[in-house]
Amino acid sequence: MMNFITPLLQRTLYAVLLLIAVLVLNFSMMHLAPGDVADTISQSMGGADAETMDQIRRDYGLDQPFFIQLAKYVGNVLTFDLGYSFFYNQPVTTLIAEKLPATLLLVITSQLLALVVGVLLGVYSARNPNGIASHFVTFFALFGYAAPVFWTGILLLIAFSLKIPLFPVAGMSDVTISGGFFAKALDIARHMVLPVITLSSIFLALYSRLCRASMMEVLGSDYIRTAKAKGLSEREIVMKHALKNSLSPVVTLAGLQFSAVISGAVLVETVFSWPGLGTLALQSILARDTPTILGILFFSALVVIVGNLLTDLVLRLIDPRLRGKT
Amino acid sequence: MTALLKVENLRIELTTRDGVAPVIDDLSFEMNAGETMSFVGESGCGKSMTALGIMGLLPEKVGRVASGTILFDGEDLTRVSDARMREIRGNDISMIFQEPMTSLNPVYTVGEQIAEVLRRHQGLGQRAAWEKAIALLDAVRIPNPRSRVADYPHQMSGGQRQRVMIAIALACEPKILIADEPTTALDVTVQAQIFDLLRDLGRETGTAIILITHDMGAVAEMAERMIVMYAGRKAEEGPVDQVINHPRHPYTKGLISCVPHLMANLSEERPELTEVGGIVPGLREFGRDACLFASRCDMVNDKCRNARPPEVAFKGNQASACWFAEKV
Repeated sequence: MMNFITPLLQRTLYAVLLLIAVLVLNFSMMHLAPGDVADTISQSMGGADAETMDQIRRDYGLDQPFFIQLAKYVGNVLTFDLGYSFFYNQPVTTLIAEKLPATLLLVITSQLLALVVGVLLGVYSARNPNGIASHFVTFFALFGYAAPVFWTGILLLIAFSLKIPLFPVAGMSDVTISGGFFAKALDIARHMVLPVITLSSIFLALYSRLCRASMMEVLGSDYIRTAKAKGLSEREIVMKHALKNSLSPVVTLAGLQFSAVISGAVLVETVFSWPGLGTLALQSILARDTPTILGILFFSALVVIVGNLLTDLVLRLIDPRLRGKT
Repeated sequence: MTALLKVENLRIELTTRDGVAPVIDDLSFEMNAGETMSFVGESGCGKSMTALGIMGLLPEKVGRVASGTILFDGEDLTRVSDARMREIRGNDISMIFQEPMTSLNPVYTVGEQIAEVLRRHQGLGQRAAWEKAIALLDAVRIPNPRSRVADYPHQMSGGQRQRVMIAIALACEPKILIADEPTTALDVTVQAQIFDLLRDLGRETGTAIILITHDMGAVAEMAERMIVMYAGRKAEEGPVDQVINHPRHPYTKGLISCVPHLMANLSEERPELTEVGGIVPGLREFGRDACLFASRCDMVNDKCRNARPPEVAFKGNQASACWFAEKV
């Protein structure tokens, strides 16, 4: 058990260091960009003269040297204080805490759907490499990978919200619906269908393609021949002996794709007006709301890093050969 | 006494880019319970194909039994259903392979991989199968079986992995164990241990062993009878001592003279090491009505090139498929 936990602790330490590096980089880049918080505030006041601007900068410590501002910012973030959004008039932490669940719901559901369906399609087409399903997977993989997310989203909207009104056009829930937890959950699920399909389409394509390839490789390996020689059934051979071995590349890719899912979520949320971090990110960039942008960048980095840690953990669970190695 | 395994006129075909080739061409042999029989020959002569044919594990869509029968305990394995074949595999007939390093599944413990076959065929529960797995590890002489049973294959050496494979193969006390070059990938010292283990366990369980190898020393030590295969056909068959002392086929003779001798100087006891010149013909040549060894044989004449030699029987159950069997 020791050789399972020690490397994980090490990984976590690296993750924290990485997070601090991301913070420094984000802050520096925002600092390089023209405009600052004083601009945002003066904008919301309807303009200010140079003296007032200087006053604002002094009040918020913007006149201090870069490194002092950076140190203060990193210090604040490490105590979970992400600053104050003058555009929304709310602490950034509150703002993100409000929007994060919606994004996580969308992202995690899409990833799970893409993984499960992708693996199933991959397994099926690997067993029947010349069947219709196999060709379908190849075609779908190409299509899903080539089509831009927002385009897929808009097409789905036109098809299933306008022409055939099966699903709602936008948002996450219908305010007119009352009722208990179950009714609300059902309502959210209905709103989720199209965004989730849109977001998972690219990844579904990737995973099914990769799973198919790795499954075919595994099915030709010596230990599968051993399993056959034991008299196991086709199902046991595929689902027990082959699947676990062919999952490693898929899980690795899924971990690497986590950042892509987040950036995909920004687009999907915009298309479907999903009230998540993506929508918030877009609005705060347009409003040049620096603290909010920095906060969102920080949280995206956090989600990606946690995602990678989880990937690492899952890989270790799947493959005993990775345990005890850093 | 009827034979445990009776193969008659077996023909196995492989579909290749160049067409269909008979990798096993009209092979017949019999095997009794508890007997150890050896298949020898160079690579590509059909030894492994014979084994896979018996196991019903010919490469899917590429290989098939074209004709002939494989009678096991009176049941024709070429005709039984897939489900029945799965009941036989691993239970009545089991097999170990050449590559111990890759023949075990890397993501399951060796205990699970042994216990699995016991649960499948013997109907044992989780616990009982696990305990039996420990006993089997002990039987294949792995020290500290109780702690090693939860090891993963990568934590074991090649020799230990092959022992685990033997434990899996013998778990259900099969009637036949097919060992396809079980020691080729192992150190010489480990080879001897594995052969000892196979022989002892085979005797204990009364399992008949089909040993596929090109190690003539192993054949002499392990087997009672041997079959020499060449280009998908049986070249010679007979009791091991008799065949080695007086081979009746030029190919057998060639194989025997290829075995290196430990003595340092040439003498009466140690003749010069020779080789069988040339190589096994390509699959395209298989199935021709000729002696396929003709191109490498020093006794060859026109007859050999134009007609397949029939099997000539000698006393003591020896037989050779050569036009000049009497003269060899």
